[in-house]
Amino acid sequence: MMTSLLFRAMDAKAGVFLAILLTVIILVPAANLLLPESHPLHVPTYAVTLMGKYLTYALLALSVDLVWGFCGILSLGHAAFFALGGYAMGMYLMRQIGTRGVYGDPVLPDFMVFLNWQELPWYWYGFDMFWFAALMVLLAPGVLAFVFGWFAFRSRVTGVYLSIITQALTYALLLAFFRNDMGFGGNNGLTDFKDILGFDVQADTTRAGLFAASGIALGLCFLICKIITKSKLGKVLVAVRDAESRTRFLGYRVEHYKLFVWTISAMMAGIAGALYVPQVGIINPGEFAPANSIEVVIWVAVGGRATLVGPVIGAVLVNFAKTWFTAALPDVWLFALGALFVVVTLFLPKGIVGAVGQGWSALAARRKSTSKVKAGSDDPPGSAPAVPVSESGPPKSRMPAPDPQPAE
Amino acid sequence: MTRSTSLLYLDGVSVSFDGFKALNDLSMTIDPGEMRAIIGPNGAGKTTMMDVITGKTRPDTGEVYFNGAIDLTGEDEASIADLGIGRKFQKPTVFESHTVWDNLELALKAPRGPFATLFHAITGAEKTRIENLLNLVRLQDKRDELAAHLSHGQKQWLEIGMLLAQDPKLLLVDEPAAGMTDAETAETAELLKDISKDHSVVVVEHDMTFVRALDVKVTVLHEGSVLAEGSLDHVSGDDRVVEVYLGR
Ligand SMILES: Nc1ncnc2c1ncn2[C@@H]1O[C@H](COP(=O)(O)OP(=O)(O)O)[C@@H](O)[C@H]1O
Ligand SMILES: [Mg+2]
Repeated sequence: MMTSLLFRAMDAKAGVFLAILLTVIILVPAANLLLPESHPLHVPTYAVTLMGKYLTYALLALSVDLVWGFCGILSLGHAAFFALGGYAMGMYLMRQIGTRGVYGDPVLPDFMVFLNWQELPWYWYGFDMFWFAALMVLLAPGVLAFVFGWFAFRSRVTGVYLSIITQALTYALLLAFFRNDMGFGGNNGLTDFKDILGFDVQADTTRAGLFAASGIALGLCFLICKIITKSKLGKVLVAVRDAESRTRFLGYRVEHYKLFVWTISAMMAGIAGALYVPQVGIINPGEFAPANSIEVVIWVAVGGRATLVGPVIGAVLVNFAKTWFTAALPDVWLFALGALFVVVTLFLPKGIVGAVGQGWSALAARRKSTSKVKAGSDDPPGSAPAVPVSESGPPKSRMPAPDPQPAE
Repeated sequence: MTRSTSLLYLDGVSVSFDGFKALNDLSMTIDPGEMRAIIGPNGAGKTTMMDVITGKTRPDTGEVYFNGAIDLTGEDEASIADLGIGRKFQKPTVFESHTVWDNLELALKAPRGPFATLFHAITGAEKTRIENLLNLVRLQDKRDELAAHLSHGQKQWLEIGMLLAQDPKLLLVDEPAAGMTDAETAETAELLKDISKDHSVVVVEHDMTFVRALDVKVTVLHEGSVLAEGSLDHVSGDDRVVEVYLGR
């Protein structure tokens, strides 16, 4: 069953994408670990970590594309799921510190000792075990998304209203995590990590491993998204995106479909957050900032909605630009990002991948239609087709799909 | 006519929007196997009646029963569709970014849950059924075309095909001939007559030639309630009908 699902999901584009990703996963760590520093192709460790961070952003963008691109749910709160996954991982990393903290307490993280706490709060139990933390990386965002979605989708909150309450959700979490008495390190968050699964988080090999893990997670989640969107379920999702009430009248329970992708997407965002935290070395409430979620949406729009590959490209390109700008022209970055968004919305409504795909299929169609002209038409002279097909332009089926309405 | 032997039973149904009564004490019965035409001026409440039957709008008062026993006012759109009531909208609504084939596949009667559709692989029987429907609605050549690129009339036909794909007991068809040429209108009437051989059908239509071609019992709606009922000749002889509708 899984193989047939996988078989259906794979196409040439997915193959090329996965092949490139695999090459990157192998070459970047190899160029870091195996080549001497003097070698021109040596990749310094800071660059490996930076690219690893981009890959986690790419996974976050992918998760947003699944709900926004394919189901029309414009989430402006996905950073919340990302941060929750990050906190779950952060809690594991905190508990690995043990007696190596400033206060040397074998159980309590430093910030708890500082706050004069006598014992570990119950919700920190179990986080000393990796498998438990890994489970929480999925469950914390997954359960929150499920509960949130259950209420929102059942009461048919859609469009702008839904986007606004997702912003409210991430903002509420931002405020909550800022509080010291929540027990998540307050303003400072969780940091000073020492090791992960017994490996020093600062070591080059660990960094390379985390990079590879981020790439593998991205690849696997990409495959899952591909399986979902290529299935009949995926067709229902697009139907919901384009004409939600029509889908209901066909007998589909739209809220179940939304809840399904929404929860999966939140868990993917959680995985991204969990891989992000050991690479950047800190998780604090700032990750819940509403602006972060909006930035993700821009990555997706730049790369191309509903393309799966696009959001990955968008996330990497925009963040690469951000890294460059914030070093070279820090004041300009926000304006550049805003301008980029405006330019993409106006001139590339389908994003980079959409525009490339459009050009490609127009080209293919032109080739096809010229060969058709040569072959001539089999129709007898009298029987003109009901809808005239212009022979010079691309056949209509090759034309891009109409823009989906964001919501009804 | 009693509720227990009816396919669709509306009694005393009223719906108001901000005090305006779109349906006003509407009562009507459709027999199993019947085809009924509903006519009436714009704003008479024809579409609202379909909204009530399909669960889109809840009536303020009144009873709506399907198959004599099922209270439709307590059900939502998805479960009403599941019970076997299919609907074609006044404005053709097909899934524009899906192909004609995919539109039909989505409509095809099959389990509707997310897990069922995730693991669904199209069967030979389903393919045959889609082929047959494509033939019936004359969209064989357009199967791989995006629905967005169909003409208005073709969209109407695709939607009728989708309706049939659901294999409902009762079809509600809202203005199927709107925006069609005379020839297309005549063909659509033939198609619906064909369909009515083994389905119950309620058709809303303005076009009198079309209604005459259907040659079935007619209900005239006006200001949210039934003004007259009977054969087309009978209702067109009714003075009040002539006044509000035909005589315009
Ligand atoms: N959702 C709604 N809100 C307010 N008024 C409505 C709504 N739906 C229908 N109406 C009004 O109810 C009346 C009946 O509409 P409708 O059922 O569409 O008429 P018909 O289909 O017979 O032309 C119209 O006056 C229309 O404006
Ligand atoms: Mg109407």
